[in-house]
Amino acid sequence: MGVTGSPTNIKQGSKTKGGIGESTLRPDGTLKVTGEFAYSSDMWHEDMLWGFTLRSTTAHAEIKSIDISEALATSGVYSVLTYDDLPTEVKNYGLEIQDTPVLAHGKVRHHGEPVALVAADHPETARRAAAKIKIEYVELPVITDEASATGPDALLIHEGRDDHHIGHVPHPNIVHRQPIFRGDADEAAKRADVIVTGDYYFGMQDQAFLGPESGLAVPTEDGGVDLYVATQWLHSDLRQIAPVLGLPEEKVRMTLSGVGGAFGGREDLSMQIHACLLALRTGKPVKIVYNRFESFFGHVHRHPAKLHYEHGATKDGKLTHMKCRIVLDGGAYASASPAVVGNASSLAVGPYVIEDVDIEALALYTNNPPCGAMRGFGAVQACFAYEAQMDKLAAKLDMDPVEFRQLNAMEQGTLLPTGQACDSPAPVAELLRLVKSRPLPPEQQWLSAGEDADVRALPGGLSNTTHGEGVVRGVGYAVGLKNVGFSEGFDDYSTARVRMEIINGEPVATVHTAMAEVGQGGVTVHAQIVRTELGVNQVTIHPADTQVGSAGSTSASRQTYMTGGAVKNTAEAVREKVLEIGRAKLGTYHPAWATAELLLEGGKVVTDGGEVLADLVDVLEDEAVDLELEWRHRPTVAFDLVTGQGDGHVQYSFAAHRAVVEVDTELGLVKVIELAVAQDVGKALNPLSVVGQIQGGTTQGLGVAVMEEIIVDPKTAKVRNPSFTDYLIPTILDTPTIPVDVLELADEHAPYGLRGIGEAPTLSSTPAVLAAIRNATGLELNRTPIRPEHLTAT
Amino acid sequence: MRVNFTVNGRPQEADDVWEGESLLYVLRERMGLPGSKNACEQGECGSCTVRLDGVPVCSCLVAAGQAEGREIVTVEGLADYSKHRDGAHPGTGCSSSGCGTSLDAAKRWQSKPTDGRSGEAGDLSPIQQAFIDAGAVQCGFCTPGLLVAADELLEQNDSPSDADIREALSGNLCRCTGYEKILDAVRLAAARQEETV
Repeated sequence: MGVTGSPTNIKQGSKTKGGIGESTLRPDGTLKVTGEFAYSSDMWHEDMLWGFTLRSTTAHAEIKSIDISEALATSGVYSVLTYDDLPTEVKNYGLEIQDTPVLAHGKVRHHGEPVALVAADHPETARRAAAKIKIEYVELPVITDEASATGPDALLIHEGRDDHHIGHVPHPNIVHRQPIFRGDADEAAKRADVIVTGDYYFGMQDQAFLGPESGLAVPTEDGGVDLYVATQWLHSDLRQIAPVLGLPEEKVRMTLSGVGGAFGGREDLSMQIHACLLALRTGKPVKIVYNRFESFFGHVHRHPAKLHYEHGATKDGKLTHMKCRIVLDGGAYASASPAVVGNASSLAVGPYVIEDVDIEALALYTNNPPCGAMRGFGAVQACFAYEAQMDKLAAKLDMDPVEFRQLNAMEQGTLLPTGQACDSPAPVAELLRLVKSRPLPPEQQWLSAGEDADVRALPGGLSNTTHGEGVVRGVGYAVGLKNVGFSEGFDDYSTARVRMEIINGEPVATVHTAMAEVGQGGVTVHAQIVRTELGVNQVTIHPADTQVGSAGSTSASRQTYMTGGAVKNTAEAVREKVLEIGRAKLGTYHPAWATAELLLEGGKVVTDGGEVLADLVDVLEDEAVDLELEWRHRPTVAFDLVTGQGDGHVQYSFAAHRAVVEVDTELGLVKVIELAVAQDVGKALNPLSVVGQIQGGTTQGLGVAVMEEIIVDPKTAKVRNPSFTDYLIPTILDTPTIPVDVLELADEHAPYGLRGIGEAPTLSSTPAVLAAIRNATGLELNRTPIRPEHLTAT
Repeated sequence: MRVNFTVNGRPQEADDVWEGESLLYVLRERMGLPGSKNACEQGECGSCTVRLDGVPVCSCLVAAGQAEGREIVTVEGLADYSKHRDGAHPGTGCSSSGCGTSLDAAKRWQSKPTDGRSGEAGDLSPIQQAFIDAGAVQCGFCTPGLLVAADELLEQNDSPSDADIREALSGNLCRCTGYEKILDAVRLAAARQEETV
């Protein structure tokens, strides 16, 4: 092998392909289109048993007795477990507050709570055996809203609470409360020429990821367990699982298996501990796969919210003040409720300049289904309400709703209600301009087509419900503000391991992180980052597991920022190490080794002037460089619990939507014709994936606007629609064309200037659709989702 | 009971099948073909779509016994099926022992870009390649069902309008993509199909 770095052998380096900024394709794409990609429900092991979870049929009750004898005697059943079988004193888990029982003890607090587990040789055997378990319940009154939760005689959902929020809440049935005061809202209100108030309701939305909760637990010879599971954060799961099993964390080895979507619904544990308990008890591998019915009980939902808002403005259209109260229903267990409260309050004002605010957000404990993380995380509910308010104000002032928003739009430097300055670009007015300046879709195409009209283009679509007689069109706008990453002083970090070596005469880099790839495309951008930083074409993404440090959660739009940042940071360190080796080995061949800025490009060491100094093959030979480093973003602080002040957020992302709808006013049917979106992403590492995320997020916002809601019976707190027959998510017929404009205004504090993408498009999509329906019908409409009866007043 | 059928061109028999088992369960758990996905098991989401004697069906709604003597094509056999669309389907790929996702295989999973673009180079049908190229695959859980449904659409209609595509795929839910890139993928596959004719 010749030394290419010798002064006599200079040649031009070739650019590495597939780096950041390119629309490289998913490395797992081929496996996913051939059916070979291993999702968590696909895991299979010889001699494997199937686990099943028996769930409560009531929302609030004392458990008098559980009789498992008949279930245990069923042929094919290997084990039946209840609370009494839990191996240690740790019997609860939770993200922030450890209030969620692994299996119900003493009481059940919501419909569908896990009570017992069965392992059997066939899933149907397990299901049938579970049906033979006899549970005696003594029903308790159900708490379903603020009045019943905080009323004078309210039963306590969690007696003897001792978590750190309890000292700051006015009632033990309030999980957490965050007030924010800035300026003097009452005084500022006196300057207002118009004041509008509104009461809004945001329905309980479900993440409805397609891949059901599932996984495989395999007992190991050292008394531990290997768990293959779909999750959003392996190390968070591990921290909650190990204590319940009574095992040290190193004996619970977790590997991410294929994740079929997440959207926040996999932040909490579902079947993880259950499968491990059954595997450890039976000594056999145990697989649990929820069916869709069970999935609706197996994960937390988006908090339904009641919001009361008051805004004022001067007659020339400047906002004077804002007051609001946001009541989130957290359901029976805390999950992520405290953090959701933090977001709802600190982002309650939206992307507007309002100096005088009076905000209160709180989350209740009730007997409704537990609510926690879902895409948009507290900011979604607030955005729905403040955007309705903006339209009301604009209408009252007889102003254009977009111009009114632009007049009050925040920009770089604006102080948020928490007193924190936004220190990166905030192109709110520009995003609105972009969606507004798009040409509108042609008017009522079905009308001009005459007899050839395609009824599929009309509200009701294939059902052929109308020929356009009562159809009216409306246009609506909205814009939203979302924080990126974990806030309020959380020590948010990620870890990446990057290895570079020569394999078969080619430089190859391997990236090992614990990042959960849930569909967002992290595996694609990690390879792109490494190609950019290390100049190699071949990048292998190692499966995510707990054999490497934590990557934090794939949520809060943080993963490209955080684990992408960790990969970049570690790759840079690997590059330095490689160059050090190069200098030691080959430094005498060319003076540039000592004097020039050196890069890795196309498998070679090159100067910043493009001169090739060496092949990586010759630098590394049989040496490997392998580094694992942690990476953190700028620190944040907790919001003051009395004033709400504090630099609590890391970064913000912004998106704006314009919705065009047609409404059949006779039948109450809505057809969304187009949903245009503009978003600032700082830097599009992979433009194709960026657009995919924006369109997907937009569609989830459309879903909650016109169809998605988990319906909970207010008398019994039972879920009425836990199926895809009754809980509707948008189909390809319900989803319009989604044109996307992407801005790239770099945030100088972020890796490559990027901004988290995933959540912002979910915020403004919903209020834009609602605004368009209001525009079409003239109705006030203050809730999601809009149903036919709201449009026809029947 | 025993069920005899043809899966992806290869005669198969499944033993000890309980009468209540779905075709989906038999394919996934007995044949080792987990490509057809189990998202709702109610016929609402289309993730488990396979072709039964050429007709797309939700395999979760087909009792295994109904498949007796019939021909099934799953996503695992799609590339081969599309190659031999007009003739017999001799079938390759997966058999009960040769494919599926054993834990061992799942453990070793790595994504290794070999062409600097997408994953392992594979022998894919036009619709499979179009889904990758258009960015229509995100989490990918809906993808197998959509591919089988879209492939059948293109078999019936080589230049579908957007309304046709939407109608044909209206039984397949996707939660990640917003469908726009799925439309792009079907348009792309149709356009490529036209080029090659």
